[in-house]
Amino acid sequence: MNLPISENANREAGEERWILRLYIAGQTPKSLTALSNLRRICEDHLAGRYFIEIIDLQEDPGLARKDQIMAIPTLVRKLPPPIKKIIGDLSNTERVLIGLDVISA
Amino acid sequence: MNKYQNRSRNHLRKTPTGIQGLDEILEGGLPHGRSTLVCGSAGTGKTLMAVEFLVKGAKFYDEPGVFISFEETLEELTENTASLNIDLMKLIDEDKIFVDYVYVERSEIEETGVYDLEGLFLRLEDAIQRTGAKRVVLDTLETLFSGFTDTGILRAELRRLFRYLKDKGLTAVITAERGDGQLTRQGMEEYISDCVIVLDNRIKEGLSTRRLRIVKYRGSSHGNDEYPFLINNFGFWILPITSIGLDYTASTKRISTGISELDDMLAGGGYYRGSNILVSGSAGTGKTSVVAHFVDAACTRGMCCLIFAHEESNNQIIRNMRSIGINLEPWIQQGLLKIQSERVTKQGMESHLLKSHQMVDSFHPEVLVIDPVSDFTSIGTSDDVKSMLIRMIDSYKALGITTLFTHLTSGGEHEQSTEIGISSLIDTWILLRYLETDGERNRSLYVLKSRGMGHSNQLRHFQITDNGIQLQSTLNARGDLQ
Repeated sequence: MNLPISENANREAGEERWILRLYIAGQTPKSLTALSNLRRICEDHLAGRYFIEIIDLQEDPGLARKDQIMAIPTLVRKLPPPIKKIIGDLSNTERVLIGLDVISA
Repeated sequence: MNKYQNRSRNHLRKTPTGIQGLDEILEGGLPHGRSTLVCGSAGTGKTLMAVEFLVKGAKFYDEPGVFISFEETLEELTENTASLNIDLMKLIDEDKIFVDYVYVERSEIEETGVYDLEGLFLRLEDAIQRTGAKRVVLDTLETLFSGFTDTGILRAELRRLFRYLKDKGLTAVITAERGDGQLTRQGMEEYISDCVIVLDNRIKEGLSTRRLRIVKYRGSSHGNDEYPFLINNFGFWILPITSIGLDYTASTKRISTGISELDDMLAGGGYYRGSNILVSGSAGTGKTSVVAHFVDAACTRGMCCLIFAHEESNNQIIRNMRSIGINLEPWIQQGLLKIQSERVTKQGMESHLLKSHQMVDSFHPEVLVIDPVSDFTSIGTSDDVKSMLIRMIDSYKALGITTLFTHLTSGGEHEQSTEIGISSLIDTWILLRYLETDGERNRSLYVLKSRGMGHSNQLRHFQITDNGIQLQSTLNARGDLQ
């Protein structure tokens, strides 16, 4: 798909690097909403140190099994550890931040 | 099974489960292209039944299947369905069954807005395409409710899921935990209404009995009773109580009783082949001896005989019978006779029934003896025993096996009614009793009934000698020897 795969900005030394993976299933309104919400949140809170990977499960349903994805959209924080999983279109910014551990609950 | 399929063709297409006994109760199988709900508390055998549905489908009906497991990994699944292990692994290797373990996080996943379960749909779709599945199992779908908090979304997705399965024409089995006051915890019956099966495991008089009941089957008739079933190393085993029906053929051939005078009493020919015979009497009247004569005679004619002995060991039976001139040992050596000695109390009624069916299946006897049936009252109520015996009698009759039961009566006035009330099921009933006359206590024999033949109305004295049972002269109406 033609969505941007990498939005890597300058990585500053000493700063944590965030690798986020967004699972979608085709370009549905929910997926598009999730992606734009994710970009906005990342720019606001993690500017310059995040990396977003988009996986379209329609192209490879096997990955849904391999990565144990059931809900769409699902966002997985690959780094920093531990792995975190949040679901939904990311419209509730506060919950996204709590879920990703960007801010503590 | 064809019989049921033909009958139901006019109504509803059915998918045979292939599970022993279940298709008879379902009158052909599960509703084709529909979902069936199987509910029961933990440990009642839901998963095993579901796996067996897939394994049998892939193995015998050329219908591949998909197993979506929400609770057990493939390893756990194969461990817990050990009876089907070899088949299951083989079918997975052959791409005839696909197992997908869906991990549902018990810890709370942060929900940050609207979502759907498209991931699950994609996995299901992918698995169906890989195998060309016709059957699907979702075990236990309700687990989703512990992983997601938005029940509004979940319920909408469940509706979508069942519509999807139906549109695809898949025959599905959905398992669910039994809930309080309703069939399932999350009200799954609301979504699946074509066919509902309830499994149950009850402890009754210290013995655990698993039971199965068809609660609902839209558009089809079905057995209404609670059917006991077993889970053993052969898998899921159900014996419908009266499914076999009364459509067996009645043979006109006779088999000698092994006692020529008794043959004479039975219109000169002996028992009907494939009929059932009851030999009842109080302790020591010679029931087992009557049986041994018959078995010996049958083996002499090259017929296979199977004896279930509940009170004596093999050696004891052989020794005792040798003492009256009947040598059973050569028949055992020739493989014509098998004596299975076991106390009835060692196992529950259902296990017993199952075991005897398995032995009959493997040994293919033409003559079967249960010595005595009265012992079963120690492990069940007389109703249970009666229903078990009906099932035995029906199925052995359908197989054309001549069955001989002995029954120990307590003596006295009730000797003409067996405690377990099976007399009406019996074709030929031979009554043994002690008769006290003139300071002597003599064994006597009487043919109480024998269906389909003229039989003697005489009460005959007999003796058990070194050469077996010897009937003596007849008694007249006054009881005098003639």
